Amino acid sequence: MSGVFPHRHLLGTEGLSRADINTVLDLGERFLEIADRPIKKVPTLRGKTVINLFLEPSTRTRTSFEIAAKRLSADAVNISGAASSTTKGETLMDTATNIDAMSPDVVVIRHAQAGAAVMLAKRIRAAVVNAGDGAHEHPTQALLDCSTIRAHKAKGRVDFAGLTVAICGDILNSRVARSNIHALLTLGARVRVAGPRTLLPARITELGVEAFDRIEPALEGVDVVMMLRIQKERQAGGRFPNTREYSRYFGLNAHRLALAHADAIVMHPGPINRGVELDPAIADGPRSVILDQVARGVAIRMAVLYLLGGGDSGAE
Amino acid sequence: MSDICLAGGRVIDPARGLDLQADVLLQDGRVARVEAGLAASVSPRTRVIDVKDLWVVPGFIDLHTHLREPGHEYKEDIATGTAAAAAGGFTAICAMPNTNPPNDNRAVTDLIVRRAREVGSVRVYPIGAITLGLAGQTLSEMGELKDAGCVAFTDDGHPVMNAEVMRRALEYARGFGMPVIQHCEDLSLSCGGSMHEGLVSTRTGIRAQPAVAESSMVARDLDLCALTGARYHVAHISAAESVRLVRDAKRRGLPVTCEVTPHHFSLTDAACADYDTSAKCNPPLRADSDVQALLEALADGTIDAIATDHAPHSPVEKAVEFEQAAFGIIGLETALALSLELVRSGLLTPTTLVTRLTSGPAAVLGLPGGTLAPGGVADVAVVDPDFAWRCDGPQLLSRSKNSPFLGRSLRGRPVLTLVGGKIVFAEEKFLV
Repeated sequence: MSGVFPHRHLLGTEGLSRADINTVLDLGERFLEIADRPIKKVPTLRGKTVINLFLEPSTRTRTSFEIAAKRLSADAVNISGAASSTTKGETLMDTATNIDAMSPDVVVIRHAQAGAAVMLAKRIRAAVVNAGDGAHEHPTQALLDCSTIRAHKAKGRVDFAGLTVAICGDILNSRVARSNIHALLTLGARVRVAGPRTLLPARITELGVEAFDRIEPALEGVDVVMMLRIQKERQAGGRFPNTREYSRYFGLNAHRLALAHADAIVMHPGPINRGVELDPAIADGPRSVILDQVARGVAIRMAVLYLLGGGDSGAE
Repeated sequence: MSDICLAGGRVIDPARGLDLQADVLLQDGRVARVEAGLAASVSPRTRVIDVKDLWVVPGFIDLHTHLREPGHEYKEDIATGTAAAAAGGFTAICAMPNTNPPNDNRAVTDLIVRRAREVGSVRVYPIGAITLGLAGQTLSEMGELKDAGCVAFTDDGHPVMNAEVMRRALEYARGFGMPVIQHCEDLSLSCGGSMHEGLVSTRTGIRAQPAVAESSMVARDLDLCALTGARYHVAHISAAESVRLVRDAKRRGLPVTCEVTPHHFSLTDAACADYDTSAKCNPPLRADSDVQALLEALADGTIDAIATDHAPHSPVEKAVEFEQAAFGIIGLETALALSLELVRSGLLTPTTLVTRLTSGPAAVLGLPGGTLAPGGVADVAVVDPDFAWRCDGPQLLSRSKNSPFLGRSLRGRPVLTLVGGKIVFAEEKFLV
């Protein structure tokens, strides 16, 4: 049904080849139409067990993975826990090995700490999908973003050459930014990151992106504007004065969007702080592809579960 | 105790400018003579040990060891920690005060001294706390701690953030002739970061601390050192800028010294790229440019001593998420092999290397030993600089195995360690 995906786990987009990414995007596009069927289910992963281990609060990502698993007929089990497993007196490793003893095929993990998925993958037999680990990576988000960009800006293409993407906001604490940087660069896009310098990570340009400490120059002529959620707790950490000032200087409004290419699309991984990083009129406007991102999220996660869950003999 | 003659080795004793083939005669716990041809004429009650092709050097002195007793014996205790030290060629180690309770009063110092006498393989010099409870507020009873056997003061692991407290600590300690050792980290800049701020932290998303968190406190403390005239020592220096500051301060004649750990000069922050918690330490492993600065400073003498910061932790603290894991790396049993890499790469001469492990640290704290001068204590390490071995957990004598060098092939090991003329560690072929 698809190309070979030579990875046992999906821990990040760093290290994925262009062919790997296209394998997921192609398969995701095929799965997209299942959402329009009267019976939204295929038997592909029947008899397989997918555990959603969400140790950090999440509604949309968990729901998206759960729907994806169920549409493939896998048995999906959700485990939600405290951000810190040590508060329960059980370590992540204990949780992992206990889950592994029940022989799941795929474990999807969301965790507040960077590296948690990497650590899990070293210890268990099941395939591991990173659904967000601290400020490290959130690969399925980047893949669904790439799927969205391809649909709107690079239809039928296997690369993003000639496209420029601006990722704006809290780059420092964003796993979405990191996963998108790796994936977009691999696909050949030009990537800019922008935000107050307090929210740009050290030596970020060495990843191959351009960095801006104001968003206006970053938006000039871009094809894609990706806004990130600004987290209020960063304000308490002294990274910016307050959301009012942030919105005034770093929020996306019509005036700033006019700097981008006339056909530029606006993306956001959600949930949106309306009126903070994104003017509601833009979020709900014609340039916004935010709900398309959500729809593609399910299809991309189906593709990933399929590739890692034993749906493809090409999996290592 | 029988006398021992170490025969035919390469004797390197930097304190006396010696590097020659000679026999070393140890009598009554002291070095008696260092001369060629002694073995032929020793008394029959003297045990002659053939150490041809091996180095005979003063026993190493570690300025920075966490023995974990009292309070954290599940990580290490004085028996296992000093056994590991002996296996690493160390004959004297300085015990850090962050025990439980902390060594901020005479009762704890007495306990450490007594336990070391009862179960210790090597000499143990306790280091007392600068402040009560390592809390950075009230000075500890430095006079009494000194009388009980402490050789310096530090709140290691807990930098003295308050500049006024640090000033008074330096002034007060000076009156007792005691140095103050600082773990340099401005906590308001390090913000709980788990690794070095750089490209690797950007890739991994691990919250990071900048090098300036260390160097800014070094700069502040050097000003206080100039103000007070007290002896000041920078523990586990790691940043290029800190090294530059210390070098300048030494040129200006300030009474400042510093130490570096083998892991800080052997590894970079790249060791954290795969979230390996055994590479998590504080100060964190730095960038390549910092490591280059450390190596230069080791060679030119800006860095006085190689110290291990042997920091044992159990899997309870280490087999967890990177940011939740404890800081620290064990080092007593790998220090020599990692240091010898610098000789093999041509960066250090054997004499300089031995200096940084012996007379260098002895001078920092004014400790006995660090030389094979006749009349001095017979604390000796016999080293096979080419001994090839694999660093495997079960073979390490430390109770904890938290080392990023586990599984590595290393070169160079002590084969015989003597404290006061008594063998405290020996490779199999030297066992009687």
